Amino acid sequence: MAFLELNGVAKGYGEGAERTEVLADVDLHVEEGEFLCIVGFSGSGKTTLVSTIAGLIQPDRGEVLLNGKPIQGPGPDRGVVFQNYSLMPWMTVAGNINLAVDQVFGKEPRKARHERVARYIEMVGLSHAADRLPSELSGGMRQRVAVARALAMSPEILLLDEPLSALDALTRAKLQGEIARIWEQEQRTVVMITNDVDEAILLADRCVMMTNGPAARIGNVMEVNLPRPRTRKALLEHPDYYAYRQELLDFLEAYEGGANPDPAVLEGIKHKNQRRSPAPGCEAA
Amino acid sequence: MTAPTGVIASKEAADKGQARRERLYSVLIKTQGTLGAFGLGFLVPVVKLCLGDTPKHQLHELKQQLLVPLLGIVAFLAAWAYLAPQVQTSLGAIPGPMQVLEQAGNLWDDHLAARDKEAAFYERQEERNAKLIAAGQEDRVKVRDYTGSPTYLDQIVTSLKTVALGFIIATIVAVPLGIACGLSRVANGALNPLIQIFKPVSPLAWLPIVTMIVSAVYADPSEALPKSLLISSVTVTLCSLWPTLINTALGVASIDKDLLNVGRVLQLPTWRTITKLVLPSSLPLIFTGLRLSLGVGWMVLIAAEMLAQNPGLGKFVWDEFQNGSSQSLAKIMVAVLTIGIIGFLLDRLMFALQSACTFSTNR
Ligand SMILES: Nc1ncnc2c1ncn2[C@@H]1O[C@H](COP(=O)(O)OP(=O)(O)OP(=O)(O)O)[C@@H](O)[C@H]1O
Ligand SMILES: [Mg+2]
Repeated sequence: MAFLELNGVAKGYGEGAERTEVLADVDLHVEEGEFLCIVGFSGSGKTTLVSTIAGLIQPDRGEVLLNGKPIQGPGPDRGVVFQNYSLMPWMTVAGNINLAVDQVFGKEPRKARHERVARYIEMVGLSHAADRLPSELSGGMRQRVAVARALAMSPEILLLDEPLSALDALTRAKLQGEIARIWEQEQRTVVMITNDVDEAILLADRCVMMTNGPAARIGNVMEVNLPRPRTRKALLEHPDYYAYRQELLDFLEAYEGGANPDPAVLEGIKHKNQRRSPAPGCEAA
Repeated sequence: MTAPTGVIASKEAADKGQARRERLYSVLIKTQGTLGAFGLGFLVPVVKLCLGDTPKHQLHELKQQLLVPLLGIVAFLAAWAYLAPQVQTSLGAIPGPMQVLEQAGNLWDDHLAARDKEAAFYERQEERNAKLIAAGQEDRVKVRDYTGSPTYLDQIVTSLKTVALGFIIATIVAVPLGIACGLSRVANGALNPLIQIFKPVSPLAWLPIVTMIVSAVYADPSEALPKSLLISSVTVTLCSLWPTLINTALGVASIDKDLLNVGRVLQLPTWRTITKLVLPSSLPLIFTGLRLSLGVGWMVLIAAEMLAQNPGLGKFVWDEFQNGSSQSLAKIMVAVLTIGIIGFLLDRLMFALQSACTFSTNR
């Protein structure tokens, strides 16, 4: 039994002729402490998938199990970083994180809660901006607040919905490093949606590729056996890096523009991984 | 030796002047919006002119913000002064601006005279009582309140009190109901038809009903809250409730679903969801509603006071109309202008409050 299990999850919106199936029969097992990346085209149902894990939407069919128990609804054990930050615009950075801390750790004394808020603000490097409103922050800073808020709930699973998509390349690289560091430090399970192939390879233990919607499924799962801690530079020098990258890109390309590729083509893509080195982390020695 | 220190001193002074100017400037930028809201926007270019900032542009701004409005007012006064004497009424010719100004002065003088009289009354009473105490006749000491008729300023104050009471009751009723409507489709479905039906009802229609109910329920009125004031206030409430109710419901219903999802992930209890998420996010629209409500309330108030005989501006207008002296029309016009100006100030006050409470929607 895996830590998090999705069995035959299906979800659609609308009624009758209007109805569109977004997810059709998604099976996914995630181990505790794993870093999972989900890639796929826009509109393929990535957010929908993550929302079912968060418990924000109920699947029409199938089940989502956490520790073997079905998920009833949303809860702070699954911290979410929403695609659009979703910070309360009337609360400061500290206020936004405080909202989460007060709710989840309400039993702790006031001082301990204050320290907790300060610790997570510090973790994302926003101590100097703790008293600012979201409107006074840059996009990247808001994103970091959203990450800090989710982390401050001390969730068992961290769900990140394209958390870095709005950022410039430099800030993005920095936050990727931060997310990797936080993941290693806090030992959480992370499910992260991304639209960036390199980002997925940099961070993930496994990459899940979604087929095009409507009625999206999981098209391919790729294990990324690259040594950690990973840096961008080390990856570029790694002989397997391009094979991983190629597999992801080929898959996305096969689906480009809503295409419905031949199963044989998809098999071919999968078999490219045979070009990789046989065992993980050999080069490290 | 003296020359360098002199130079340094003057340089310091210049630096100081520069710093002061910059401070003044930042204050100016900050208060710009507030000044504009109170119709004092023309002060900005005036101050900037004094600071020697782009004179040409500032003069243009000044023209736009001060000269043009002044022109409008002057044109209006001229048309009024020209047209008014041409209409003869049973109370004589319609008064022009000068007569109205004169009556405003008279009302002010009356007010001062009445205040003097009141002070004199209390002085006499105290003197008399002091004498009685000195003579050992303390049982004959009497303290009476002055009972002169209210002056124009007293009437303005009464009107403000009445509208404030009505507005506060309306807010207390409308905001929670609006939140309920915005949150629950059931509440909305149940209240919506009632809102639609009662919203267009005129204060004149409410008043008789309110009068009967208040008379029945509020049997022995206290001095601080006379029956007529309560009746006027409740009528104001009934008419000014709706904009707040509708806007609150709209504000609550249009809260960003993603923000609510954050609350769901945190498992915030209902009460905290309302206080921490729903209320703050709908505050801008609630204030829009409150501002509209106060405007409606102030407008409705005059009619309510006329009929309920509440000693405010409405009663003043009514009494002058019944009185029918040669000065009555001019006095009524003073009241019209007073009502307009106070209404404008109230609106600006709410606007200032609103901008103070509105967050940037930029997330
Ligand atoms: N509440 C909803 N009602 C109706 N249709 C919806 C709803 N939410 C999502 N959809 C539809 O489901 C499909 C998948 O949406 P989803 O947001 O999961 O995509 P996504 O993969 O996250 O896309 P993106 O990368 O652009 O964020 C879309 O076609 C969208 O129109
Ligand atoms: Mg999405």
